[in-house]
Amino acid sequence: MLWSALEILTQANFWAATIRIATPLIFGVLGALLCERAGVLNLGIEGIFVAGAMSGWLAVYLGAPLWGGVAVAALTGAAFGLVHGVLTVPLGLSQHVTGIGVTLLATSAAYFGYRVAFPNVATPPRIEPFPPLDVPVLGDLPFIGPILAQQTALTVFAFACVGILAVVLSRTPLGLAIRAVGDNPEAVEAQGLSVVALRIGAVMAGSALMALGGAFLTLSAFNAFYFGMINGRGWVCIALTVFASWRPGKALLGALLFGALDAYQLRIQTIAGGAVPSQIFLMLPYIFSIAALVLVARRADYPRALMKPYFKGQR
Amino acid sequence: MIRFVPRERTPVWLTLTVSIGSGLAALLLTAIPLALTGAPVFTAFALMAAGAAGDGFALAETLTRATPLIFTGLAAAVAFRAKLWNIGAEGQLYAGALATVALGAGLIEAPSYVLVPLVLVGAAAAGAALLLVPVLFKTRFGADEVVVTLLMNFIVLLFVQMMLEGPMKDEMALGWPQSAPVLDEATLPKLVEGLRLHAGLVLALVAAVGLHVFINRTVWGFRIRAVGENARAARYAGLPVGKAMALVGILSGGLAGLAGASEVAGLKGYLTSDLSPGFGYAGIVVATLANLSPLGVIPAAIFVAGVFVGADSMSRAIGVSNYLADLVVAFALLSVLVGGLLTRFRIVLVRREAA
Repeated sequence: MLWSALEILTQANFWAATIRIATPLIFGVLGALLCERAGVLNLGIEGIFVAGAMSGWLAVYLGAPLWGGVAVAALTGAAFGLVHGVLTVPLGLSQHVTGIGVTLLATSAAYFGYRVAFPNVATPPRIEPFPPLDVPVLGDLPFIGPILAQQTALTVFAFACVGILAVVLSRTPLGLAIRAVGDNPEAVEAQGLSVVALRIGAVMAGSALMALGGAFLTLSAFNAFYFGMINGRGWVCIALTVFASWRPGKALLGALLFGALDAYQLRIQTIAGGAVPSQIFLMLPYIFSIAALVLVARRADYPRALMKPYFKGQR
Repeated sequence: MIRFVPRERTPVWLTLTVSIGSGLAALLLTAIPLALTGAPVFTAFALMAAGAAGDGFALAETLTRATPLIFTGLAAAVAFRAKLWNIGAEGQLYAGALATVALGAGLIEAPSYVLVPLVLVGAAAAGAALLLVPVLFKTRFGADEVVVTLLMNFIVLLFVQMMLEGPMKDEMALGWPQSAPVLDEATLPKLVEGLRLHAGLVLALVAAVGLHVFINRTVWGFRIRAVGENARAARYAGLPVGKAMALVGILSGGLAGLAGASEVAGLKGYLTSDLSPGFGYAGIVVATLANLSPLGVIPAAIFVAGVFVGADSMSRAIGVSNYLADLVVAFALLSVLVGGLLTRFRIVLVRREAA
């Protein structure tokens, strides 16, 4: 029993599943940390995941190429980001309540749109999702090969986004401005830059990333859109963002850790074979997220102006 | 350039105009996607209105639906007043529902004047206990309560499913897992024979009035408001901030727990894992529409309930998806938030001055 529990870690299948579960979370955490680095908490994330999953999938179903679907999802996310940005930045409305409002709006728009497009379908219509990777040389390696063979181009893109966002945030003037606007907006204004434009821009870009997390589910992990398929993944990303202390590299680590835990509980369930109710295992990822949050909360280095609206000429 | 100048006081006519204006704005915004689907916009809205309040039966159905929303709306209102962001009313509702069937479905046999209060207290305690966990995490460890309460919703729902498939499963029921029915002695009486309207509504109204008096007329109510306005200043002034937060947690979680008790003991009679179609989350909308005023929660809950009941009836009549109701409610929330700016600030256009 114990041996088979440990043996899971040696299976290429387990590691492939870890990466597959982590991918939407990588997009989500990157999106959330980009918004929060600029000083805006975006609780619209759960709904933006739903809208991205639905719009990207619908575009492909209607004949767009797969990457076209990805672009549609990103644009959808950016549009909801614009709503959240305009309401919370220049208007300075409560980021908590506005975020919940954006989640409700994006979710209901996606569900309503889906029901309008497909009023009476028994089985959800399907698309041809992203094909598995076919990597030369690496794909022939033992262990690594089978893991890669279960991933798609969208996962590679997620990993690339980690690197891109890390470099942009820490090595470019734009990244410096985004970080500054989340720490000390007065200083940014003194530089002659627009706090409003920077914050809205960051929220839109972050929301686009969140939507890609949703699109990964319908265009790569599955091939259809289901009601309730996001199931709290967005909220998990908000917790992982604190865990990752707003750094892209650690975000990748946190997402992979979460993915490993989720993949592990799925496999240990079959070993436990009904002796323990399945719900106990399904709770683990959420409990893990809360535990991670509580553990790091004390020394979490929150962006200093997070959730503080900024009005020109007022201190 | 536009400036927001805070208002010293808000005239009543303005508050009313903004509330009604926000409702109209929400309907207008919803009309856009509705028109895009090619549905007859006016017919759809007229059918919604008729379905929500067209006759006594429709009205009773709306009030039945409003009952849990008043409880969850009050739960959000009292928490948000103190800036305790409790997004976990959904989970607290299920905790209250679970306590209701645990106590009221045969464990204790007693006359109804004992059992009904016992069940209500048990449900409120379960909801309160559930919210005290994130409040403790917040005050002790600085963990953000938004994420913790949100994630706990999923944990509680899984726990409910586990109980319903395991120890609390009704062996007599076929198919879908559900709990044993609550005893007649634990059931809230119906208000009108032949309608689903039950005494939970009366409880909800009493709770709203009670919370109004508590927040506006008592010392602890004042402390809660002070903590919400400025926690640092409140601590500096020597107010017991930690205790005030715990009290808010007990009130907010308890009210959400009562929503679960009212649904089980007043309406359904037993517990299933689809008891609430998001009453906890809708409570946030209700509280925001009410501008966090306990008395305002009553009309706000009736409005939101009316939208849902009306959309169901409209959907049956002309086949437009009843997710339209969720759209109306989401737009209403955002409209009211923006409208709230008008009541709190005067918008002044100022000419850009040369620096």
